Amino acid sequence: MNISGEDFIKGCSAIGAGLAVIAGIGPGVGQGIAAGHAAAAVGRNPGAKSDVTSTMLLGQAVAETTGLYGLLIAMLLLFVKPLV
Amino acid sequence: MGNYTLLLSGDVDFMIKGIFSYNCFGHEVWITTTHVCTLIVMVLLVAFAALAGKAIKKANEDEAPGTFLNIVELIIEFLDGVVNSVMGKNATKFVNYILTLFFFIFISNISGLLGLRPPTADYGVTFPLGVITFSLITFNKFKHQKVSGVIKGLCDPWVFWLPINLIGDFAVPVSLSLRLFANVLSGTVMMALYYGLLPVFVKIGIPAVLHIYFDLFSGAIQTYVFCMLTMTYVTDAIGDN
Repeated sequence: MNISGEDFIKGCSAIGAGLAVIAGIGPGVGQGIAAGHAAAAVGRNPGAKSDVTSTMLLGQAVAETTGLYGLLIAMLLLFVKPLV
Repeated sequence: MGNYTLLLSGDVDFMIKGIFSYNCFGHEVWITTTHVCTLIVMVLLVAFAALAGKAIKKANEDEAPGTFLNIVELIIEFLDGVVNSVMGKNATKFVNYILTLFFFIFISNISGLLGLRPPTADYGVTFPLGVITFSLITFNKFKHQKVSGVIKGLCDPWVFWLPINLIGDFAVPVSLSLRLFANVLSGTVMMALYYGLLPVFVKIGIPAVLHIYFDLFSGAIQTYVFCMLTMTYVTDAIGDN
């Protein structure tokens, strides 16, 4: 079986894309910790539920950015194919 | 190679497509689906604004407002409250811009429900939004803290922190726009993969749940985050005095 250079780079790009989305682990753990602490805060002070929720969502969305960078790299590798 | 070619060629389709191109001073400029979808979103917003304005002009103080007017008042009061609680006394100057931003991003994000390709899933739409926020931040910094204050802020703990602070300042528009872009794009790609790769019988009913999560929930959260961060940064730039 002959593999041309372009096919080889495409395959390596696919592997790289798979590796890049491992970045999702970090935000997943971080958002889970944030949600857990928010749940604890609501348990301690149920009156502040809306404030706690909005703060949690804001923080989670900011923490999500790093995971999205990994996703973007994967997208670039798969669909824009900068290396081919 | 099978799935890979499938992904690249046939059924899965979430790319921006050019509709026609014209020559602009020697450059080839494309009118794409993004332009068309932005236009549709803007037409929707203008129609809504016109209707709301008409309803408010016709409103009678002695009667209870109708359904439509009630909804408009509810939205505006809610957003006014959010802007006021974050920006405090600076709210009056920025409330119009934040509301415009909110409506545009929100309708853009949920336009996947209407079968459009969300305009915010194009980096060419979100980056200008980030740049507008950046100019607002910089303008207000120079206006309220004066040049000496800005320089002092840049050399915050020590002079050698200057490059790091500069990078931090310029990262704001990039991270803001990339966050919005990547979130909406990931929703669009997920929906395209679902519609493109699965057999027909799972495409009935089930996508509704996915649309609620990827379009409505994610879109609303990202709109809230973009507006919230813009408000926080601008309030920060204005300072206390």
